Amino acid sequence: MIDFETPVLKEYPIIPLIQPGAMAHSKPYVAKQDLQEKIGFPGELIDDWQEVAIKKMGELVSKSRALMVFLDTCVKCGACTDKCHYFLGTADPYNMPVARQDLFRDVYRRYFTFAGKHFPKLVGAKDLDKDMLDLWYSYFHQCSQCRRCSVYCPFGIDTAEISMAAREILNTIGVGQKYCNEIIGKAQTIGNNLGLPEPALADTLEGLEEDIEEETGVKVRLPLDEKNADILLVTPSADFFAEPHVDGLIGYAKVFHAAGLSWTLSSHASEASNFGLFIGSYDNMQKISMRIRDAALELGVKRIVFGECGHAWRVAYNFLNTLAGPFDFLDQNYPIPQNISEVTYDLIQRNALTLDKSANDDKVLTFHDSCNVARGSRMGDVAGGQFIIPREIIKATCNHFYDMADDTIKEATFCCGGGGGLLTDDLVELRVKGALPRMEALKQVVDNHGVTHMVAICAICKSQFSKVMPYYGFEMDQVISLHQLVGNAIVLNRSE
Amino acid sequence: MSIELDGKSYETDEEGYLVNMGDWNDALASAMAREDGAELDSNHWEVINFLRDYYEEYQIAPAVRVLTKAIGKRMGKEKGTSKYLYELFPYGPAKQACKYAGLPKPTGCV
Repeated sequence: MIDFETPVLKEYPIIPLIQPGAMAHSKPYVAKQDLQEKIGFPGELIDDWQEVAIKKMGELVSKSRALMVFLDTCVKCGACTDKCHYFLGTADPYNMPVARQDLFRDVYRRYFTFAGKHFPKLVGAKDLDKDMLDLWYSYFHQCSQCRRCSVYCPFGIDTAEISMAAREILNTIGVGQKYCNEIIGKAQTIGNNLGLPEPALADTLEGLEEDIEEETGVKVRLPLDEKNADILLVTPSADFFAEPHVDGLIGYAKVFHAAGLSWTLSSHASEASNFGLFIGSYDNMQKISMRIRDAALELGVKRIVFGECGHAWRVAYNFLNTLAGPFDFLDQNYPIPQNISEVTYDLIQRNALTLDKSANDDKVLTFHDSCNVARGSRMGDVAGGQFIIPREIIKATCNHFYDMADDTIKEATFCCGGGGGLLTDDLVELRVKGALPRMEALKQVVDNHGVTHMVAICAICKSQFSKVMPYYGFEMDQVISLHQLVGNAIVLNRSE
Repeated sequence: MSIELDGKSYETDEEGYLVNMGDWNDALASAMAREDGAELDSNHWEVINFLRDYYEEYQIAPAVRVLTKAIGKRMGKEKGTSKYLYELFPYGPAKQACKYAGLPKPTGCV
């Protein structure tokens, strides 16, 4: 493991002086041949990679008007330069969003614009050579596709789209990232990112049912593959496996139980998360999404509800219908798909849940908006619902809540530092440094309001914070699931 | 990459996980731990053995809850916590213990 220094938490955020090359060494493990081929990419860097890469770039640009506009319009105003958490945490100038985009843009200019083709030096157009390829691999794996920079860009240029396109091109020529591609392969063959087979899933759920009964005296079920249930819950497999995720899963189960809703999990679609998004691969994204459609049809459900996961919700909210629709066989009176937070919020609004806030009196909470929910999608039926709903759930389930600084929450939220397919041990330095802005904001509310726990609604955020918080002097269990609060506060009817 | 023991070489991936699970034995587990500067005692072995048994049955490492519960049953309730497991395996019970047990690394958002 690489030695590095954890940044010091300052009293207020300071934009660092640039340190060229500070993160040039950071690159994730490359996927081996078998992982690549399993998901439809060449096993290793192909011979005519330059030609194929440029052709693919042309294809992507001609298919996506948005991508072309993003590449053509940047005026180098500099508004984005200090907005990326990885720049703030590493000081590497390539982590300024405009510089990251330019790695792609300079190549685009060289091969797809008149000036770049004929006078490349005059317009900063660059060849796609091996050095450029290496820069791409390193720095497009230092972007968590969180879109914070796009909020501040006067043209709305979205670095996430450029970073996804770059990774798609890299995969097309045989250079994939091990972490993402191994996961995509497992999701497509076993049904989830962990590779958790049905018998292990059934055993795990049974154990959780025992735990809940032991704790509450109430038989709360976690049904698996139950035909004709009303709701199919699709949740990140981390909810079955890891902490604090599992406490969120227990919370969902208690909500369904208390509201008398019939629901089931599916062993075929035992994953909400969709890593196809991170590598910009429509085909892979579709294969993973189709499992959800197939499971919904097979089980005969009427609704699909997604558990706490940021990019799962982005894919579900924005693309599920395109990828795996039409969902005309579901109950059209409910949003398709629906988020578990929308379900819980709706029940709270209708006084359908009995909640005892004092059950969370041992905690003082703050809330971390997940980037893919905050900027990539929405909840509820009003603008900004994705900011209102989780906060209203927190306020309905606990007595002590304080938001972090305004420029670090809601649409300005900072990424946890592990999104976009970077939640892997070979990128720990990047993850720790990228968490700096969030950790600074957290420290402020800890110091000023005695905040003890940060609530998250995304499996990646939860795993990332449990890993990096100890580097900054916090405890790993200071991050918790939103539905853990709900699960603690919910009063279950013992007579049932 | 590989790990050497008694003049034999065993293939590992970039992060030190055994490529062929069949290569595993007790001495190799101890050697992997020593490379990380750790010494395996009976508490570690209790976890490692449970992981291997569970893997044999389910082809996957156990979820953290499953693991803490099993360890609590075998070694006493006070040890059935993830805090205790992190004391034994500071890089995370799922990942570090799986490595010494010769099992593949858990993937996903964990």
